[in-house]
Amino acid sequence: MSSYVPSMELVERVVAGHTAAVARLISRAEAGVDEAKPALAEIYRRAGRANVIGITGVPGSGKSTLVARFATMLRSRGHRVGVVAVDPSSPYSGGAILGDRIRMTDLALDPDVFIRSMATRGAMGGMARAALDAVDILDVAGFDTVVIETVGVGQDEVEIAKASHTTVVVSAPGLGDEVQAIKAGMLEIADVHVVSKSDRSDAHRTLADLKGMMTLNAHHGPGPDWRVPVLGISSYSGEGFEAFIDAVERHRALTMDRERGRPRRMAIARFRLLKTAENLLMARFSKFAAPGVGDLASRLEARNGDPYTLAEELVAESLK
Amino acid sequence: MQPVRVLLAKVGLDGHDRGVKVVARTLRDAGMDVVYTGLHRTPEEVVNAAVQEDVDVLGVSLLSGVQLTVFPKIFKLLEEKGASDMIVIAGGVMPDEDVVELKKMGVREVLLQDTPPDYIVSTLNRLVQERGPR
Repeated sequence: MSSYVPSMELVERVVAGHTAAVARLISRAEAGVDEAKPALAEIYRRAGRANVIGITGVPGSGKSTLVARFATMLRSRGHRVGVVAVDPSSPYSGGAILGDRIRMTDLALDPDVFIRSMATRGAMGGMARAALDAVDILDVAGFDTVVIETVGVGQDEVEIAKASHTTVVVSAPGLGDEVQAIKAGMLEIADVHVVSKSDRSDAHRTLADLKGMMTLNAHHGPGPDWRVPVLGISSYSGEGFEAFIDAVERHRALTMDRERGRPRRMAIARFRLLKTAENLLMARFSKFAAPGVGDLASRLEARNGDPYTLAEELVAESLK
Repeated sequence: MQPVRVLLAKVGLDGHDRGVKVVARTLRDAGMDVVYTGLHRTPEEVVNAAVQEDVDVLGVSLLSGVQLTVFPKIFKLLEEKGASDMIVIAGGVMPDEDVVELKKMGVREVLLQDTPPDYIVSTLNRLVQERGPR
């Protein structure tokens, strides 16, 4: 009953905007099948038009609900919107429950919105390995704005900043000195700060904390051309969203500026290249390491060698 | 091996979601990616989501007795969207004669309330394996 459509053929259907083909090619990217590589290369060549917006923040800060409202408003401004929503895989079973769609039900019947859920599958940094392929595929399918929603992150998951034209950090009120806790990592990557749930009475404190910190920190923002705005929004009432979207569009114009946007675009390209190479290395390494590691480990266990020498040997062998 | 992707859905005016949540956890613990779309969805919403998510298996949980209305709509919509290779299964409480009807329609398995968790997992794995790569 099922027949395998070659990935190159899928590319043509993606260009024509065929939903099932877009979905299938994303699955092939996720699976990392070799057969799909030339097709994904072709996709990359054709992509590059979409505005890529990263949304990140701690778990429960309201990212999914914000994305739903954000996408609805982008639609009313005439944009076609793709969403890549990342949720964590279980470190034990490898399985995942992907529940971001529950917050986005108002968009479920809009043909100009495409939502794809992805599990991290062991990838660090708050994103899934195939997230950027999915962005390119949606781009080629004619979605001019693509939103990446990261997993709920802690302090260190800052990869999104090197993968998006605009990075939005979402903070929620009432988490107290959590703001202090994130200032080393996440504060630094924001192009736009939003405080969600601003219909709550304690939101002004979080806003004030963030604004205060922006002036105190040694952090100067992404460049001399951009002052990081701190905006209060409510996904419940819609308050603050016009200003939020305006800020994102202003930042987009900056990133696309031939000269002033070059450092950001170079950083994105660099990250993509290094990340792809890293995945390639890891794949080769684990292929070799799986059979080879047992022998070396038993030498280590018998104290017949030290971890440094044996690790050198393992790496050298696997990358030969 | 890629994780099996499953979308679990509740359709219509049926607020009983304990069962579907237990199944979601069971499948997650068996290493599958489970998309859950929440309560009170329409067949259109469920099929749209399943197609965008490109799941191997679409599982619909029903405890409201409307299976013979809902599943024909789901199959028609899947066909329209070029996704008729999706494996469709049903779960919940329903009469035996409806189970026969559903299978005739193309529902691959009907997993009733007394199905052991291990059997759900092995059934899904088997159906996906039988289908082959896609």
